[in-house]
Amino acid sequence: MSIRVGKTSAARTFPIAAKEALGNAQLRRNVHHATDVIRNKRALRVEEMPDWQQLRDSASAIKQHTLAHLDFYLEEFSRNCESSGGKVHWARDADEANAIAVKLICEFAGDAPQEVIKVKTMTSDEVQMNVALEAADITPIETDLADMIVQLGHDEPSHIVVPALHKNRVEIRDIFRREMNLPELTEQPEDLTAAARRYLRERFLRTKIGISGANFLVAETGAVCVVESEGNGRMCVTLPEMLVTLVGIEKVIPKSQDLEVFLQLLPRSATGERMNPYNSLWSGVTIGDGPREFHVILLDNGRTKLLEDELERETLQCIRCGACLNACPVYRETGGLAYGSIYSGPIGAILSPQLQSLAPTLDALELSCPDV
Amino acid sequence: MHYNTGYHREAVPLVRRFVQMFRETECVCVPSASCVAMMREHYELIATQENDATLLADVQSLLPRVFEFSELLTERLKVEDVGASFAHSVTYHPSCHSLRMLNIREGPLKLLRAVRGLELRDLPEKEQCCGFGGTFAVKNADVSAAMLEAKEVCVIQAGAEVVTALDNSCLMQIYGGLHRAGSPVKTMHIAEILASTGASA
Repeated sequence: MSIRVGKTSAARTFPIAAKEALGNAQLRRNVHHATDVIRNKRALRVEEMPDWQQLRDSASAIKQHTLAHLDFYLEEFSRNCESSGGKVHWARDADEANAIAVKLICEFAGDAPQEVIKVKTMTSDEVQMNVALEAADITPIETDLADMIVQLGHDEPSHIVVPALHKNRVEIRDIFRREMNLPELTEQPEDLTAAARRYLRERFLRTKIGISGANFLVAETGAVCVVESEGNGRMCVTLPEMLVTLVGIEKVIPKSQDLEVFLQLLPRSATGERMNPYNSLWSGVTIGDGPREFHVILLDNGRTKLLEDELERETLQCIRCGACLNACPVYRETGGLAYGSIYSGPIGAILSPQLQSLAPTLDALELSCPDV
Repeated sequence: MHYNTGYHREAVPLVRRFVQMFRETECVCVPSASCVAMMREHYELIATQENDATLLADVQSLLPRVFEFSELLTERLKVEDVGASFAHSVTYHPSCHSLRMLNIREGPLKLLRAVRGLELRDLPEKEQCCGFGGTFAVKNADVSAAMLEAKEVCVIQAGAEVVTALDNSCLMQIYGGLHRAGSPVKTMHIAEILASTGASA
């Protein structure tokens, strides 16, 4: 069994990795600034909600209930997804998830080298899917702007919501100049955006296979929900001929009605927006409209083990909003790379070791996180 | 500190000793928010995990009689003016445990405002942690120092002669940084200020 979270087993312990990060003044400035901005935006959005705490309590209750009956809801999801034309696969660990994905792609597209466009999937980092894809001559193309910057920069993501937080626009300009062959590119946001758009648009239009993650799975309807700000999600889940969605088993919620709670909480908490610009919800396959093949890979990779303990189970309630990262004074100084895992910050400090049954390398400190 | 670093069993004798020492005490005043936070958050859990019903009952009986120092004054005794005099400029650093675990916000400020001659200056980004955290300062010394650096900048910006707080751990951390930076700013626990009757700091 190969339960793993990215490269954490090879990562340096936090105190050592942190020391290096602390020496990077540019990184610290970027992280200070960005976390301050998002934190303040979040505070404004939260303040305008008269029932914020009730929303949080509801979400907690829904998650707790679901986790206590996870087998039931996963099976319900699977039935409903498949009766809509999707196909559900169960992956015990990272290797199995990757093997399933590679097999599906090869069966669909034959043995010739392929490209796949990817959207919104930290879980694919968790299982190191890109490594497995490349080994099978499949080129993954990240389409979330920040993940694309990280990929083109041969770098690692440093925040679960804004992964290229540690880069400023000049650094991004240099990456684009080099990788997109645009020697005259300026660092003006409009120019950078236009370059990214052109680069991605070509790939959206020509790539036949998409890989996505999911923010939520709805058991009642077998639907997958992805929220995003850039529109690349829409491109990746509608344009390709085959779509594979990789998702941790803890993401399932019982009913469509439950989205009312989570879709109010997540955007406000994650990016200080009242609503994500794009909210996509799809189930199965509709011939002539979107992919003709749709697969969901349900990933365990240590999650079932966490269910056994009442306290550890709470970790699975996380909706990956990233607010704890922005609140954490430790994260603020070191950025996410020092945590050595795709899941960084306070949640990462417990999730990564818990999934792998390791001891954490960072002690809890002073609890800014419960304030959010 | 034992409990926070995973030495749960080693913490138990300390819990028993505390309970034994103060079992008959009418009121326990603790000049440390982090200690009170530990007791309120974890003592019952520890007693439960020890399967010791007597200890649990003792803890439950004692906890309502335990107060953080400023809490005792403002919440229990309903006192804001203790008759102190301290003619200096002071800025208040809300420690993480007092702010986030005990939810102490206005009390210490009210106490300080009532001190004769005291000029209360606002601490910029006051809710940022000083970086001490107990064993964190040892195990993650570099991050601790980075967080302290940020706190020092704010303390100097506040422009006060004295930094005060409810926890000596924070004050020790902050003083260490200021001292090495050659700053004349002093640290004093709030109790020391409230005990002052006008002699120099």
